[in-house]
Amino acid sequence: MSETNSGGREFADRTVPVILQINGIKHELQLEPRVSLLDALREYVGLTGTKKGCNQGACGACTVLVDNERINSCFALAVQYQDREITTIEGVAHSDQLHALQAAFIECDGFQCGYCTPGQICSAIAMFEEFKQGAPSAVTEHLAETEIEFSEAEIKERMSGNLCRCGAYVGIVEAIREAFDKEAAR
Amino acid sequence: MSARIVKPGAIGQPFSRVDGRLKVTGKATFAAEYKVENVAHGALVFSQIARGKIKNIETSAARNAPGVILVLTHENAPEMKKTPVFGSDSEEMGAASSSILYLNTDEVYFNGQPVAVVVAETLEQAEHAATLVAVEYEEKQAKLILQAEKPDAVLPEHIPGEPSDLKQGDAEGALAEALYKVDNIYTTPPFNHNAIELHATLAEWSEDEKSLTVYDSTQYVIGVQEMLAKKFSLRKENVRVIGSFVGGGFGGKGNAWAHVSLTVAAAKVVKRPVKLVLSREGVHLSVGGRTPTEQRVALAANDVGKLTALIHTGFTQTTEHNNFAEQFTFPARHLYKSENIWLRQEMVHLDIVPNTFMRAPGESPGTFALESAIDELAHEMGIDPIELRARNEPDRDPVKDLPFSMRNIKEAYRVGAEMFGWSKRHAAPRTMRDGRFLIGCGVATAFYPAYQFPAAARVEIHADGTAIAQSAMHEMGMGSATAQAQNLADELGLSFEQVRFEYGDSNFPYAPVAGGSNSTISVGAAVKAACDDAKKKIHGLVGEDDASPLKGTRFDEVEFREGGIYRRDDATKGETFHAILRRFEEDKIEGEGEAAPGAESEKYSMGSYGALFCEVRVDEETGEVRVSRFLGVYDCGKIINPKTASSQWRGGITMGIGMALTEEALFDVRKGRIVNPSLAEYHLPVNLDVPNIEIHFLDIPDPLTPMGAHGVGEIGITGVAAAVANAVFNATGKRIRDLPITLDKLL
Repeated sequence: MSETNSGGREFADRTVPVILQINGIKHELQLEPRVSLLDALREYVGLTGTKKGCNQGACGACTVLVDNERINSCFALAVQYQDREITTIEGVAHSDQLHALQAAFIECDGFQCGYCTPGQICSAIAMFEEFKQGAPSAVTEHLAETEIEFSEAEIKERMSGNLCRCGAYVGIVEAIREAFDKEAAR
Repeated sequence: MSARIVKPGAIGQPFSRVDGRLKVTGKATFAAEYKVENVAHGALVFSQIARGKIKNIETSAARNAPGVILVLTHENAPEMKKTPVFGSDSEEMGAASSSILYLNTDEVYFNGQPVAVVVAETLEQAEHAATLVAVEYEEKQAKLILQAEKPDAVLPEHIPGEPSDLKQGDAEGALAEALYKVDNIYTTPPFNHNAIELHATLAEWSEDEKSLTVYDSTQYVIGVQEMLAKKFSLRKENVRVIGSFVGGGFGGKGNAWAHVSLTVAAAKVVKRPVKLVLSREGVHLSVGGRTPTEQRVALAANDVGKLTALIHTGFTQTTEHNNFAEQFTFPARHLYKSENIWLRQEMVHLDIVPNTFMRAPGESPGTFALESAIDELAHEMGIDPIELRARNEPDRDPVKDLPFSMRNIKEAYRVGAEMFGWSKRHAAPRTMRDGRFLIGCGVATAFYPAYQFPAAARVEIHADGTAIAQSAMHEMGMGSATAQAQNLADELGLSFEQVRFEYGDSNFPYAPVAGGSNSTISVGAAVKAACDDAKKKIHGLVGEDDASPLKGTRFDEVEFREGGIYRRDDATKGETFHAILRRFEEDKIEGEGEAAPGAESEKYSMGSYGALFCEVRVDEETGEVRVSRFLGVYDCGKIINPKTASSQWRGGITMGIGMALTEEALFDVRKGRIVNPSLAEYHLPVNLDVPNIEIHFLDIPDPLTPMGAHGVGEIGITGVAAAVANAVFNATGKRIRDLPITLDKLL
């Protein structure tokens, strides 16, 4: 075809080996350094549970866990995340056993179209860890407070980086409470 | 009559979504996620002028960039034929978003029009190479400002099925003489659907180029199938469009936008599957949103608060290539009785991305204006706004002069007022306060028509006692698949767990566009027809069979329950589908059915209603508005699934809160470019912006609709912006008639 060029070699020259540890499995990839972690997951590893909604860190659909902390994977280059433990939505359940939060999302109807859901769930899991570690949020009254109440306002504020255009916020908050309230009270 | 206690059916039960597990585990497959071998990636180049001609398009740098396979422009694109445009060709509900022949023309009609497609081995290479395409234009004067073009506004022939100018009596005359009146202009900005899933198309041609498979994020698989067959001169049955999971649509995926056929064209040229996912900027630039509106509402009332004049007129913008009128005068046709009525909508043609329908097109901005005006009149007269509405509640449809099939607005307000504690509200503005926060409450009516469109379905009853039904319906999160499974279970007398509903594939029987809140009843009626067909067939087997306890029965003498057929006069006599099919050595019985709206839609005014209650807290120092409480009480017929329906309403209210307070596509009137094409600058409501929205529904069936149901997807957004604006007025004494209600307007 006349439109085709012979760019194949150049393409190969621009890639570097990248090893990603995702959901406990090692993936050896050959990627251009400019490939985002999100695109590496979706287009190169084939884990499409993590979603692209804006590609600029504004919607949270691409949220994954890195060493148990939440990040926007669209905002991260895959090469930066070698030797880190990456968990995507595909790694949240234990084989057939759903994570308590996944089950609660179904029960509380914490989604409609389901597109932002993997990001919401990953985000909420790490959000709860942040809460347990006593990290304050913008609605925490006193920054030095040691006992923060796991209140609706705290959950809402801490989950406001994950947009849901279907507007399932009420169900999302309910699901988070159902999954984590008991543990938060301890 | 037997006194047998009928087991409650699946309809009305709050089942969790059938696709929930797939969605929470990341296994639901959206259009861009189908695994197709050897797929190449596409990226679009958008025009940077609003009107003109492409003088030169320089593609060599892009073509020579690493990994690039093709740069498709108007100079080398295959022919794509003109096809019917959605909404403007009345004889056919086409899927094309406009009549612009993208890449078959050197004309530029709007800023953001796709002018090239770059196809490369990887996504990164395609996106980079797209930045290397250099276009030289011969610019023409563009029409970009609604206000400036108003003198050339046109009166459309009709606004979907209704006259665009409607006069009953002399409304202006009555207004001039009225004791009480309000007469104001309300404006709403352009909105974008902004479904979180980016629009995606993945196209794969067969080797002989006679057939085509397309995975598309669409609300209209059959429409896209028909459009692509025509555009590429293929037999319709050789085009398959699949859109099983759609990550939100809200109208934005109801038309096929430019990228759909361009991806198919690119795949044809490179002889490989091509996947193209719009960037968020690309969504804003090349997918139209809701038109801004400028609306005048004037109301006049006599001394007892009866309307003597209702005027609702105004302007929206559209393009020469799609002519879509946002029917904002629809609510005023049905909500209030008035001695004199004047409704009129004009359209201004601009050089912009074609506008389209977005959740409750028309009713959404229309209820903002009308329901704000009613509140203004109530304040003017010193009457409670719920009472003023009650005084003007019509017995028959005001403009159609037809009876209502159902209408329980007064009951919705009664229940809502009690739940919300409306009696505690202070009628005088700026009289409730909590520290530096001014508190206010407002109400508004929600309204959306009940539409049914033709649809078809097929069903299979299997020998193991399970059943599946299929229709080319859509599931963008509305809960349609769950609701139809409930319908199917009840029609066949099976349990919810024994049935499955398949959808989102043009190989299935016809289903209309997912729009106008029609799916539930359109497809529901088709499923019923298909089930009736299957039931008659299976009864036909046993009715003359010596081995069956049902021998000699007529169809109307049997009932279908608990996985089988039983005599109505003797509940002990019957047999299961399993037993019947095994005896006849069949593995399944199939049924097919079609349904279309009956004569009742001509004889009755059919609509859904809601009473909305809102409480806001306004920071007196910053002008920031927080919605602190929201209650929606809905009158939408029989509710098939309270859980998923409530989510639909909450979602609509959430979008309405965005419309009221934060959302606005900013348009550069010099260049015609949308300047905030991102989720960082176009502000959707976030979790903290939305209170714990309360929902109540009356659950009174409509005697004239399938299942007694109405769709519930659109009505949720209607009335919300007015309820918020009315609450803001009650809190602050400031009447905001220009959305969104941002801080600056309150300070």
